Parts: sequence; structure tokens; C-alpha cells
Amino acid sequence: MSNKYIPHTEDDIQEMLKVSGVHTIDDLYQDIPEQVILKREYDIPSAMSEIEIRKFIGGLSEKNKICSIFTGAGAYDHYSPSVINQIISRSEFLTAYTPYQAEISQGTLQYIFEFQSMMSELTGMPCCNASMYDGPTACAESMMMCVAAAKKKNKVLYAATLLLHVRRVLTTYAKFHGVNLVEIPEKDGVTDKSVMDSLLSVGDVAGVIVSQPNAYGIIENFTGYAETIHAQKAIFVMYTDPSALAVLKTPGEWDADVACGDGQSLGIPLNYGGPYVGFMGSTKALERKLPGRIVGATHDIEGKRAYVLTLQAREQHIRREKANSNICSNQSLMALYVTIYMSLMGPKGLKEVNELSYSNSHYVCDELCKTGHFSLVYKQPFLKEFLVKTDLPVEKLQKKLLENSIFGGIELRPGELLFCVTENRTQDEIEQLLNVIKSML
Amino acid sequence: MIRQYDKLIFELSKKGRQGYSLPQNAHKEYSLDSIPSYACRKAPLGLPEVGEFDVVRHYTNLSNKNFGLDTGFYPLGSCTMKYNPKINEEMYALKGFTSMHPLQPAESVQGALELYYNLNVLLSELAGLSEFTINPFAGAHGELTGLMVMRQYHMKRGDEKRIKVIVPDSAHGTNPASAAVCGLQVVEVKSTSEGTIDVENLKPLLDDTVAGIMMTNPNTLGIFEKEILEIAKLVHECGGLLYYDGANLNPMLGKCRPGDMGFDIMHINLHKTFSTPHGGGGPGSGPVGVRKGLENYLPNPHVRKNAEGKFYIDFDKDSLGSISGFVGNFGVMVRAYTYILSLGKENIKNVGPMATLNANYIKESLKDCFELPISGVCKHEFVYDGLKDKSTGVTTLDVAKRLLDYGFHAPTIYFPLLFHQAIMIEPTETESKDTLDDFIAIMRKIAKEAIEDPDTVKNAPHHTPVRRLDETTAARKPILTYKDMLDDDNFKA
Repeated sequence: MSNKYIPHTEDDIQEMLKVSGVHTIDDLYQDIPEQVILKREYDIPSAMSEIEIRKFIGGLSEKNKICSIFTGAGAYDHYSPSVINQIISRSEFLTAYTPYQAEISQGTLQYIFEFQSMMSELTGMPCCNASMYDGPTACAESMMMCVAAAKKKNKVLYAATLLLHVRRVLTTYAKFHGVNLVEIPEKDGVTDKSVMDSLLSVGDVAGVIVSQPNAYGIIENFTGYAETIHAQKAIFVMYTDPSALAVLKTPGEWDADVACGDGQSLGIPLNYGGPYVGFMGSTKALERKLPGRIVGATHDIEGKRAYVLTLQAREQHIRREKANSNICSNQSLMALYVTIYMSLMGPKGLKEVNELSYSNSHYVCDELCKTGHFSLVYKQPFLKEFLVKTDLPVEKLQKKLLENSIFGGIELRPGELLFCVTENRTQDEIEQLLNVIKSML
Repeated sequence: MIRQYDKLIFELSKKGRQGYSLPQNAHKEYSLDSIPSYACRKAPLGLPEVGEFDVVRHYTNLSNKNFGLDTGFYPLGSCTMKYNPKINEEMYALKGFTSMHPLQPAESVQGALELYYNLNVLLSELAGLSEFTINPFAGAHGELTGLMVMRQYHMKRGDEKRIKVIVPDSAHGTNPASAAVCGLQVVEVKSTSEGTIDVENLKPLLDDTVAGIMMTNPNTLGIFEKEILEIAKLVHECGGLLYYDGANLNPMLGKCRPGDMGFDIMHINLHKTFSTPHGGGGPGSGPVGVRKGLENYLPNPHVRKNAEGKFYIDFDKDSLGSISGFVGNFGVMVRAYTYILSLGKENIKNVGPMATLNANYIKESLKDCFELPISGVCKHEFVYDGLKDKSTGVTTLDVAKRLLDYGFHAPTIYFPLLFHQAIMIEPTETESKDTLDDFIAIMRKIAKEAIEDPDTVKNAPHHTPVRRLDETTAARKPILTYKDMLDDDNFKA
């Protein structure tokens, strides 16, 4: 029975069976109907030693192509400092579970408190939860929160300029949760406020979700949104890229009620789509409607400052079917990623990340346009991501880039390519991208 | 000896310190100043300004205030806290995995897609089902996804009136919550005195408005639902589907497959049964499997293989839709896949039996001092209803806190709700008899202390970084950020 993960010797087993009051292992399963007992070995591969595992899994990883990433679309290749991986690997963090026993979980509880504090600083929202799964599910939870808070209204408006993968998840959750989800169309690459105003004027809207920056990388102007939305007693939700909030007007400053998004851009590797970390923040008024775990500060019986899971009356293990949400495990370790990242970068570093991304992306955009074969689709301000129209054969261009280990320019619509350039691209990589493209002219 | 450490990262901040280095800006002619002022942040950004070494020491000190699996025995019931093998972490961290963008063309991520696909095949065989999606991010997310599959199945058949889902009173709290999020009405079915579903209570609930039933088997008391075949027959006859909550799958490994018991849909917690680290509460992964005929309803995107053996991403029109941004917590899949291959068919069959043996061994060893409400064999976990001697006034909470003093994590307490003083113990197969014997000895010692020196137990823990917390004030007057703390008189130095 014994192997490196199962420590039972034959003697152990015999002694334990005796204490358990049975003769054989099978006796422990005598309550299971005979028909459903598995009487054969699983049809799966034989055990691999660590040597074989390294070769085999390593081989799979080598079938993937490591590229210079010039794409965003909801997953951004920002710099991830080496400190993060070292700290994350500490098994006191890695192998703990949800901090139910606060007295021996102060490490986890405190970093979540710091995470909440930092996300609150970034978003300008007074309270933030301990994390969600990813950006799209955080957005879906925000949508359901709008409906729960409004009680009798079930219509939620969302901007067509939200990222595609966010819209997909919203649509699914809306369908099953019974939310009447209505799209606000775009005009010139940004949300058409006049349509939103008229949709709102009916008076049956529970919430409005917009995106900053949006799916084209454009920085939208939400002047007047909060007034119109709040006049109809609807909740104003802003989906954001938190990295950008170091320099962009925050959801709090736009007077939004809820901020949500994906924290991946704060130092988390691309990981082929996950694990990332969703976040949600709200006004004080909506604090008790927030889904997920929340950590609060308190004291122990000796007066020592300490941290604890709080406001648990909202949660599924207390309220069951009346809970605000079903979320239980979240992405705690990824919240630690983000917390360490923000500690290292500080206000100055995060601003510099945005400056470098801004400069790099605008340089690439200008250089592409100078070739005469690219032009910006929308004349709108952008930060690090932009949509260009091209007369070059797209498939050929993408193939050529990939051959040169460059992944860039996903086609949002025929002939329209979305590029993203962060601080993580060196000048050599940038010149290589431009050279490959120029070689096709 | 670890020194006492009580700083927040914000309290280490000094203006002008920095913990990063970035390249020079080669294109300064493009400046953020060009962003229109209406879109610019005005508020100062109150993040700490600290050096790299400050950050390293700070979080190392915080880690010392944490108890992880690697620290000691962690018998948290229903959480399957088994050893998290180190090779899994090494494989997860391979650059060929961590640096893949989720939208990269399939031809450039064949290894990642193959891993996803292969893991799906392995899970399907282990579960006795046809196909899995590994997109869900956690157990509760898997439950929600599974229920969406259930509803999608009924909706595609034009059977819109099936909006009820039956959930036993012993179920995990996430079951009813997931049903509610999915737009289903929850109908609770009572348990018998043996803790299993009462078939006679179930029968009258079954009609043509029932979408299905959610079950955990073995249930949260660690008891196998013996009537499962009868229940499956009844639910199927009324047109409903059976959902298996895989939180308790561990004891079944090697012995019994949910698909063979008649379940149509299930989720698996990779962070429980398949050894991926719990990370302080995530990232987990909650793959959802279905029997033949339900595959196309699984969420998009699907990972599929074509006739030439190439892997590709597919969006199915019958699918319930997308429930994740991309293909889920890929990094967790790498770990689980590594684990299954490391055990192989020769060893994985021993997982369930050894987990079950460990649980029965503890159960029988302590039943003279702790109240065992349900006798007979259990599976991977079991529940005591507090100390046998209730006259001392020592509660389950006190016992749990005293365990912390002795270097053990506490079991799950006050769940399931069927017993007032529930102590739910799940040892897992990766613990040796020696560790279990240490635990048993300490539990006996605490039971003795409860009689001889109850105050010590009632005031435990005594030797932890902090002692019992004031949770009432925390909830009544929430301090959720550093800023809140600065504004609150209770936290003035």
C-alpha cells in the first residue's frame, strides 16, 4: 500500500484495522452496494517516477511557444518581480486553507487586510473584498449584486465596449439568474450615452456596467454618468484594469458604486488564463451586499491588534440559499501575489509602469501608422492598448509574427487588429515586431 | 525563536523608498500628460513606499504567523487537507506554461491544450463519466456550473417548468447557495437518524417540477448513502438528474465511481482529492463531469482533439455559455495532472482505502471521550458531537482552540448543522499512524483537562501569535482597510 505519498506500512494497517473493529480494508466498504464497487484497475497510466514526470510534463511545456506578447484583451504581460515567487512558495501561505482559525492564520488574514486596503486605494472605493475568481466572474457577481440591492428591478445595462470574454460570462450568469441584460451600443468606440440615458429613463434599471479602459484600450469619458444613473436609483458599476488606475480617474472619483475587474495586471503571470484574481469594491452603503470573504481588524482578549473574517452573516455557510452569492474558496494566494506586487511597486513604480506602457504603445502605434498600412480605428485616447485597421493580409501577418515568436495583433473585426505594449517589452522586442511587420510591406 | 511582529506594510512606509527597478523610458516624447485631464486620477495613491528587503522580511514574518499543512496535522473535515507534493509546484512553474497568453493561437499552445485534454480523460475514467470541463475555478463554481448544465439540459428539451432542486439538510452550505444563484428553488429533504437521506421523505417531493437532486456521497457525516441506487432510480423516473458534490470524493478513489452510482453530473475539487495546494483559500479548481449525452451542454470554451491529433479550442452552440474568462485555473490543472501521473493506477487505488482507514482509526480510538452519534464504519471523515462529558461546560469551540496550543489545526466545527457540538475530522491518507497517534493522545489529554482544569481549556489558546478575538466588534463596526484603522479610536497607538 505504501508509496511516497501514502505512509502506511503493513504493520500499521493491521493494527489500525484491529482498532477500527474490522478485519480487512474491504470491510470498511461493506455498506456500499456490491453492484457499484469497482472491481477492476483504473484505465490510466502507470505511476511515473519524478525523473519521468520531469521529462514528460517538461516535454508538454516545450510544445508551447514562448512569445514576446503584444496582446492584451484582458490578460496583460506586465513585469512580475522575482520576490513574489519566492514569498508565494512559502508553504505557510501556500498550504494553508481559509483562515477559519484566526489565532493561527494571522499571516493570511493580515495580507488579505492589506490587499483590501491597497485595492481600496487603487479603486477609490471604501471597501473591497478578499478576492473573486477572475475579472469576468467578478463582473457577473456585480451584476447580481445590482439586482439583489434593487430588490424589485431585474434589468441591468452593460456597455458593448466591455471585453468580449467579460460579456460572455455576464450573458451566461444573466440567463440562469434571471437578469434582463441589455446592451448599450457603442458610438466611435465608446459607450453611447444618449442610448443609455433613454434606457435608464424608463425607470426599471437596477444597474449599469461600463468599462475603463474599454475593449479597444480606449479611455472613456464618463462625465455625467453617475448623475443620470443615480437619478434612476440604479447602481453604477465600473469594470476596470486596476494597473491603469494608478494614473486614471478611479471608479470612486467617477462616483461609481461598485468597482470590479481582474487583478492579473498587477504582477500575475499570464498562466494560460489562470489562476488570476478578480476583485470587487463598493461604497460603504453597499458594504453588506458585497459577495465573498471580507477581513476586518479587531483585537484579541489581551488587546493585541489582529484580523478576522467578518460580516459572515452574508455568506453561504450561514445564509445558505439566502446568501448574497455562492462563492466560498476564492483566489487568496493570487491576492497575496497582488499585495506583494503593490508593496514593491508603490505609488511611484505603478505610475512608471503606466508611463512606460504608454510611451511604448504610442511609439509602436505611430511607427505602424507611418508605414501607411495601418491607421487607428478610433481617434480616442488610449493607455497601452490600441485598435488599428490594416490593409495587409491579417492571417499572413499573424503567422509571420508567430514564426518569429511574437504574439500580437488579435483580429477583433475583419482587418482590425488590437495591439498592446507594456513596460515588459524591451526595445529589442519592439524593434523586432516592427521589423517583421515592415518586412511584409 | 521568532520575534513578535505586528506591523502592517503601510507602517513600514517611508517617502522615497522603492522596491522595484524598471528600464529607462526610450520614448519620452510620448507622455501621460497627453491624457485628457477629465480622465486623470487626482487622488494621491496611498500605497506603501518600501524597499525590496522590507517587503521580503515583512511577508516572511507574516508567514511565521500562519499554520499550513506543512506545519502540522490539519484534520479539517470536508476540506481534504492532504500533502501537496513539491514536484507539482515545480511543474506548475515551468515557463512554457506560465508565460502562455490565453488567446494565443492553438498551434502555439499545443502542450497546454494536450494537458487539459489528457486531464479531462483521466478525470472521466476516475469518475466513470463521459467528459469534463476544467473551466470552473472552485468547488462552489463547479456546483453552479453543474446546475447550469442541469438546467440547460431541461431547457433544451423544452421542459421549462423544472425549477426545483432537492438538497439534503446535511449538505454543504454552498449547495443551496449555488442553486439559488442558478435561479433554482431549493427544497430540503430531511435525513434519517443514521444521517442519510430518508427515501420515504424524498418520494413525495418528486414531481415534474424537479430539475434534480444534489448529493454528497459519502455525505458530510462521512456516511455512505446506501440507498443511492434506489434514489437514482426514483429521481430518474421523475425526469430529474443527479448531481454529485465531489467535495467528498477522496474515500471513493479506488473503490467506487460516481458515474457507476447513477450520477449524471458532478464536480471534483482538484484542491482536495487531487492534492493541489489550498493557498489560504484558493486558487482551487472545480472540474465538472457529465455522463454521455450531456457533453455539449458543458461551458465554452471546450478543448477538443481533431482527427489528426491536433488540439483546438471550440465554442459549442448547445453549450450553456461561458462561466470563466478563459479555460479556468490552468496552473492548478498542471499540479493535479502531475499528481495523478505520479500515483498512477497502481497507487491511486489505495488513496480511498487509506483515507478511510485513517478516519475509522481515529473515530474508534476516541469514542470513549468524545460523543459518537453515529456508530458503524465511516468513510474519509466522521463527526463527534462534542465531548462525552458535557457537565464541564467545555464546548467544541474550546476543544478546537486548545488543539491550537498543542500544534494541531482544529477540525471543522459546528458543521454539519445536524449536531449542536459537531467536530468533523478528516485525516486524509497522507498522514501516518504516528501522526494520528499523536493527535489521539492530545485529544485525550484535552478531554482530561476539560474535567480537571476546565478554565485552561475554556480560555485557550494560550500559546498562539494572538489569542481569542473580539469578532462581535469586528462585525458591528467593520474596519476593512488601513484607512479605516487610522480613523478609528480603538486602533490609536
